Amino acid sequence: MTISAIGITKRFGDFVALDDVTLEVTGGELTALLGPSGSGKSTLLRVIAGLEHADAGEVIISGEDATGRPARERGVGFVFQHYAAFKHMTVRDNVAFGLSIRHRPKAEIARRVDELLHLVQLKGLAERYPSQLSGGQRQRMALARALAAEPKVLLLDEPFGALDARVRKELRAWLRRLHEKMHVTTVFVTHDQEEAMEVADRIVIMNEGRIEQIGPPRDLYEKPGNEFVMSFLGPVNKLGDVLVRPHDVELLLEPNGASTEALIHRITYLGFEVRVELELPNGRKLWAQTTRESAAPLEPGTTVHVRPRATRTFDGDGAEMRPAGDSPWWDRRVTMEVHHG
Amino acid sequence: MSNGNDGSGAPGAKGSRANRYGLRTVALVYLALILVLPVGMVFYRTFENGLQPVLQALGDPQTLHALYLTVVIAAIVVPLNTVFGVFCALLMVRRTFPGKSLLSVLIDVPFAVSPVVVGLSLILVYGRTGWLGGWLAENGIRVIFAWPSMVLATIFVSLPFVVREVIPVLQEVGVEQDQAAHTLGATPWQTFWRITLPAIRGGVTYGVILTTARALGEFGAVSIVSGKIAGQTSTLTVHVEERFQQFDLIGAYTSSLVLAVIALVIVLAMTLLKPKEAGS
Repeated sequence: MTISAIGITKRFGDFVALDDVTLEVTGGELTALLGPSGSGKSTLLRVIAGLEHADAGEVIISGEDATGRPARERGVGFVFQHYAAFKHMTVRDNVAFGLSIRHRPKAEIARRVDELLHLVQLKGLAERYPSQLSGGQRQRMALARALAAEPKVLLLDEPFGALDARVRKELRAWLRRLHEKMHVTTVFVTHDQEEAMEVADRIVIMNEGRIEQIGPPRDLYEKPGNEFVMSFLGPVNKLGDVLVRPHDVELLLEPNGASTEALIHRITYLGFEVRVELELPNGRKLWAQTTRESAAPLEPGTTVHVRPRATRTFDGDGAEMRPAGDSPWWDRRVTMEVHHG
Repeated sequence: MSNGNDGSGAPGAKGSRANRYGLRTVALVYLALILVLPVGMVFYRTFENGLQPVLQALGDPQTLHALYLTVVIAAIVVPLNTVFGVFCALLMVRRTFPGKSLLSVLIDVPFAVSPVVVGLSLILVYGRTGWLGGWLAENGIRVIFAWPSMVLATIFVSLPFVVREVIPVLQEVGVEQDQAAHTLGATPWQTFWRITLPAIRGGVTYGVILTTARALGEFGAVSIVSGKIAGQTSTLTVHVEERFQQFDLIGAYTSSLVLAVIALVIVLAMTLLKPKEAGS
């Protein structure tokens, strides 16, 4: 049950939503399309589902060319951000919809619906209407409805985007467990990097209608291919051309070979995590992410010694550059400009 | 949605108690003078001389025929305008095509044009010397001074109601439920009957009621194209005028009463059927 989208281009007027995008999704995997709004991730999902038609390119779902087929013949289950619940039908009828329009026997429909309602933990709510459910319950109903007709692939468009933070976290874990049980090839769209990292086997990072990088969450975080990927997957301090993650900024009380002095502007306590805002002698600002214990001796207005555990530098094309020369890490671009001049 | 609030003042509204009651009094007196009093007078005058003359007027063959014709015309016009209205609203909300704003303007024309003008223009097209009338007459089809022209006139004047009621509901409902149905395997036809139509049912019902009310009460256009042949091309409204001019006041009042009762039933139905959506 693989999905291939090959050379997909989609324009809305002058706006290029997808620019020659090619994506392969392996069967049984849970893939996240991650990117900022307007990056084309939802459009790509809708092109795969047949809800939008691409201006160019092909969509192949489990070996069959689906490019010219309408959505109803593609065998996809689709879950919308705002649930798209059939408001005039009970939960039971919503879930049964895909089966009843195929005129399956009544007993079979009833059995399958009961099974699915059990799976999504809505068993007692079968006779309710969507308006009597909470957002999280509606989305689980929508998921059961999408699974009822046994789709080849499951596509979720920002499925938790309309839910509050607590329910969102619950549903993420629940989706992950569900996927481990069912192993339906699943693609979900999100703009929340934490959600993608937590749920997905593989993340596809999109930006301005193109794919920036594809890989397992850990690989992407540890080996980002370019500056966009690095800054989208987590907070970054940018010092000239040098990128350093706040948790890689080490704070020392005594100077050390590679360290530099920095003035502490502000210390913010967020429970276990502590954020320290700093200013370097050259005026550049950065912040460090540290623990309560390491932050204990620090005071705003005093100085501390800063040393990065790891930094990254990318050239204009996004390729990673090895640190060059013996110039200090916090001032590398300035030194390079001197060399060129 | 077109249902207004129940008249309770906006929470932030300023103004004294007296001021508020003053406004209400003005509104009520105004309504009483132009609506309640005249309609009440019709009721009063109808039964002024007891029930007997009323029953007699009701049993009059010409009255019965007028009632029959009114109902037949409504029974043809309302389904036609409902189907057209739903189709047109779907087109307006969900498609983009050249000439869309022109179509929108055209739909509103019947609201703007006087029914008398509608009647005259129908005569210009379908009358014996009219543009199509000559050909129709040669083939033995009579439109003007017969029921087809009355149906046409009524279709024209009641055209916008369903469209205008359904458009905002369709906009509010959006397309996601339909798209969900597509991905679940529904054909466009299945989607329309099982998803779209139930979702816009409220708007359609309201539009149908307004169309029915307008179709039953139409006078101007119908009176021009019908030729007002008593017992043949006379609808209830035309019949009221005809009785009134012949000084058969009881006949006029009785037919008016029938129209008023139908109107009341319609308003009642409107209030009862107006869907009370359970939450959002």
